[in-house]
Amino acid sequence: MMSLRYLPLWITAALLCLLFGIGGWQFDGFASLAVVSNLFSDNAFLLIVALGMTLVIISGGIDLSVGAVIALSGVATGLLISQYQWHPLTAFALIVPAAALFGALMGVLIHVYKLQPFIVTLAGMFLARGLATTLSEESIAIDHSFYDAIAEFGFALPGGGWVGASTMIFMVLLVLVIMLMHYSRFGACVYAIGGNSQSAQLMGVPVASTTIAIYALSSVLAALAGIVFTFYTFSGYALAGVGMELDAIAAVVIGGTLLTGGSGFVIGTVLGVLLMGVIQTYIIFDGSLSSWWTKIVIGLLLFGFIVLQKVLSRRTALTTVAGSTAHG
Amino acid sequence: MKQTQPCADTLQQARLARYSPGSTKASARYLWPLAALILLLAVNLLLDASFFQLSFQDGRLYGSLIDILNRSAPVALLAIGMSLVIATGGIDLSVGAVMAIAGSICANLLLQADLPLALVIAAGLATGIAAGLINGTLVSYLKIQPIVATLLLMVAGRGVAQLINQGQIVTFLRPDFAWLGSGSWLGLPLPVWLVIAMFGLSQLLLRRTALGLFIEAVGCNATASRYLGINDKAIKLFVYAFAGFCAALAGMISAADIQGSDANNAGLWLELDAILAVVIGGAALSGGRFSLLLSVIGVLIIQSLSTTIIVSGLPAKFNLLIKALVVLLVLLLQSDKFRRQLSSVLPKWRKGGQA
Amino acid sequence: MTTPSLVLELKQVCKHFPGVKALQNVDLRLFAGEVHALLGENGAGKSTLIKVMTGALAKSSGDIYFNGQQCHFASPAAAQRAGISTVYQEVNLLPNLSVAQNLFLGHEPRRFGLIQHKKMQQQAQQLLLRFKLNIDVTAPLAQYSVAVQQLIAIARGVAMSAKVLVLDEPTASLDSSEVQMLFDVMRQLREQGVAIVFITHFLEQVYQISDRITVLRNGSKVGEYLTADLPRSQLIEAMLGKELQQLTQQQAATAVAKQAEPLLVLQQISVKGSLSDISLTVAKGQAVGLAGLLGSGRTEVCRAVYGVDVLSGGEIQFGGKTLTLQQPADAIKAGIALCPEERKTEGIIGPLSIRENIMLALQARRGWWRYLPVKQQQQLAAFYIDKLQIATPDADKPIEQLSGGNQQKVILARWLAINPQLLILDEPTRGIDIGAHAEIVLLIKSLCQQGMSLLVTSSELEELVAFAGKVVVLRDRQKVTELSGDNMTAQHIMQAIAEG
Repeated sequence: MMSLRYLPLWITAALLCLLFGIGGWQFDGFASLAVVSNLFSDNAFLLIVALGMTLVIISGGIDLSVGAVIALSGVATGLLISQYQWHPLTAFALIVPAAALFGALMGVLIHVYKLQPFIVTLAGMFLARGLATTLSEESIAIDHSFYDAIAEFGFALPGGGWVGASTMIFMVLLVLVIMLMHYSRFGACVYAIGGNSQSAQLMGVPVASTTIAIYALSSVLAALAGIVFTFYTFSGYALAGVGMELDAIAAVVIGGTLLTGGSGFVIGTVLGVLLMGVIQTYIIFDGSLSSWWTKIVIGLLLFGFIVLQKVLSRRTALTTVAGSTAHG
Repeated sequence: MKQTQPCADTLQQARLARYSPGSTKASARYLWPLAALILLLAVNLLLDASFFQLSFQDGRLYGSLIDILNRSAPVALLAIGMSLVIATGGIDLSVGAVMAIAGSICANLLLQADLPLALVIAAGLATGIAAGLINGTLVSYLKIQPIVATLLLMVAGRGVAQLINQGQIVTFLRPDFAWLGSGSWLGLPLPVWLVIAMFGLSQLLLRRTALGLFIEAVGCNATASRYLGINDKAIKLFVYAFAGFCAALAGMISAADIQGSDANNAGLWLELDAILAVVIGGAALSGGRFSLLLSVIGVLIIQSLSTTIIVSGLPAKFNLLIKALVVLLVLLLQSDKFRRQLSSVLPKWRKGGQA
Repeated sequence: MTTPSLVLELKQVCKHFPGVKALQNVDLRLFAGEVHALLGENGAGKSTLIKVMTGALAKSSGDIYFNGQQCHFASPAAAQRAGISTVYQEVNLLPNLSVAQNLFLGHEPRRFGLIQHKKMQQQAQQLLLRFKLNIDVTAPLAQYSVAVQQLIAIARGVAMSAKVLVLDEPTASLDSSEVQMLFDVMRQLREQGVAIVFITHFLEQVYQISDRITVLRNGSKVGEYLTADLPRSQLIEAMLGKELQQLTQQQAATAVAKQAEPLLVLQQISVKGSLSDISLTVAKGQAVGLAGLLGSGRTEVCRAVYGVDVLSGGEIQFGGKTLTLQQPADAIKAGIALCPEERKTEGIIGPLSIRENIMLALQARRGWWRYLPVKQQQQLAAFYIDKLQIATPDADKPIEQLSGGNQQKVILARWLAINPQLLILDEPTRGIDIGAHAEIVLLIKSLCQQGMSLLVTSSELEELVAFAGKVVVLRDRQKVTELSGDNMTAQHIMQAIAEG
């Protein structure tokens, strides 16, 4: 019984190991700490966004605005540092609460005005992308001693690996989100709302404040991802992160979270992003495969996992029926 | 069913009048989107006196209005298909990717010089229907949520288009095909004619048969529809196939327009514009009544808005921002709670708010 | 135990819905340490009373006193905080969470703000052991049977230190050993001074467990009795009222006396998980009633005959031919129609107009290509609006804006338009106001007289007796007995339901 719940998680983990093993067997230098650490540092922003997306999807919602929030926070960071000469940390201190407000407003529209998350966050996506292009259409280069320090911060691993600031920020956020989702009352409420928000309400869950907090958190994590993205590119650009929301949603699904809400694991999402990353790395190492195979393979993977989820949820339904007949 | 013999003709007439369609309600649905469109066009006229001017050159009309119509064409086609999908309570995220696939299929077939045009077009349309059938099967038979089911093709579809094009932008030199995108007939650009034709045929298909009613019934209550004998699964399959067909047509227009197929950018994010247009047209995402005309008006509103921004001299970068604010306003106006709040603030709004 | 103290008191409580007086001046007294049975037929106002009591509905007038103080509960959560917990018939827990999480949601044991899963699981285990339930508390709730889920829901109510525990038909889906398990728990709680409101259809259980009984009928209180002082016959009379005799006298007239040829024959049909080996026959022009409690299989028989649920065994014969039904459309093609119990979710198509709701079944049979001209649609709608006296200003009003009774008439009209051979009516008068109620009963009677075969389920037994020629009694998804002629009285049916 227990294994059924964890099955998608195990499958993702197994696929990850398998592909990594095949890569290591086929290509020199694939199975190295350098590749592993690059996997994390190249995907740090996606990993961070996907953490927030996991939260939203477990609650039964969806957030299409995250890619645009990444761009907006990147552009704002760039502007504040390069044009207004703010210290990066002061800029971050403004941007993160602003993102929380942005997400909270979407949460209010969704909960109070009973609008569908899909369409509200779609409007949020236009708004954030629109604000970003309004602030600056051109890419803004960031040149600041703090950024140089960030780039050098980190420690080396044997075999050419490097754990940089982005990876560390992600790790810290991962621990925080796991604590939040699996060890706090807030997390329990998120699962409860995803299961059945009416029952949750009857059981005394503060549905309003939790919903609003969920979207605020998702936007905060997206803004942090935007900041981490500027560490990676040394610039803020209004067209950054286009389509990132889709990658995040795909990673969450591949990580075993039910898109209908109420079930899933934060760590699964991390495995999902890494699996997508390994596919990309494999295709790059292979050289003969073209980049579009990434999309096709991820699409097929998504299909496989969605069908798996269907089969699993049908089987749980069947065991429940069987159980109740045994009793009744 | 024979009517029982009426006692008096007047009574009978009075009754029939009572039972005739409530014309007031039906027209009220059209009021707001139409008013918004007219308002936008009026603003344009104020900003630029020559806005409504049309000139006739080389057998073709030119002017801002024609421009709006022409630019709206691909999204209008998508919105016609999307209206039906949304009416069943679904959503189709893949139409942009389907545009890219149909474009790439046509472009590659056009490289074979001896293939007749009709065959190429048929192949493109068949691709769209096939993609729609995949979506429809996932939604109605495998019972996968529409957002997820169509997300699959949205992600993978663009990869497939790139695969077909082998990562290149495939260009072709076929004036007959290019005519679909850039030609004109009786003074109007051909894409506009294609939209008019598609709109007219769809309207005939949906409203002269019971199909439109069945779609609305399934969207309002799929279980009850099944219980009264409607094959709800087949209806859902049909709407996704129809949306795929519309997307393929839109994809061919945009490929014909640039005389090439760009798998990366063809139809990119147009699915969102199409969904938006349908929502602006007043349809509920939860399904139910649909109006193709309102969806097309929604498309024209979005396109006029962009034009207004350009005409007003504001930088184009405000485009998205203003679009977002308009969308938020429309969304809020659709929320019962917001309307109640509004009507308690503005007592005079009560009458309008109910419309 | 000291002398029982009054915990909760309702005085002259009224609740009006548009067009219906659901509760009229109802009093209820609840003492600490007693099991108080709240009885009445469907529609008597039990569930409305519960909802008013627990804050799920606002009362129209009257007063509620809790521990002697006048109070007002704005929401179920507020009532819960005060100490009134409700366990609904359909378990209102979260199937995706673990048993332990369900028990402690919102009250998890924490250290440094972090939930202590181990401690929570231990506490959950201990709590459930008090209910003689030894299960894996880390497994998701969905894996357990409804009976266990119900016990868990009760345990949650108790864990939140309930002073009043409301159990709304908790035994409907339990077998006898599970019922005894539940009763043990209830006795235990009673000794601890909890006041328990117990709603059930099983009179046997009322006498087994309850101390005091309040009977409701048609939204009014009939009386409050001590269980020990109230013989069963008097209780049934209080529940069913005097009108019963009048109605039962009419039935002899409508019953089909002659042996007509059979139209529908069910031969030992089974549906996995919901029906086993049910056989029955409906003759041409005969009305057959299906009686039984919720979950007894009455709705499931209707669904199976209509092709909603696929048979796992047995055979359905209709008009001499064997039917294989995969979907309702197959049944309709054969000449079977169904007015479902869940009118809102399975019957009406809310936003569509009355006209469209009436013509849709006819249209579905014609197919999508041959559209019924609008003029004919209007005539059809006008005809039935007149014939069935559907109260509406015009045929283009969305059906969801009509009252329940008028919605039911529209659904009847929908089927009359295609003139089926067999019409299945699943709880045709549920949730319908008194006036329309009588009209619909008359309508069904006239259908009978016109020779249409009917299969009717109803929990209002006098209604069944009034128009059925034969009543089939179901219990635990099986057929118990078949009553006709003089044997077919509400009392007999009630007995058969309760005792098997």
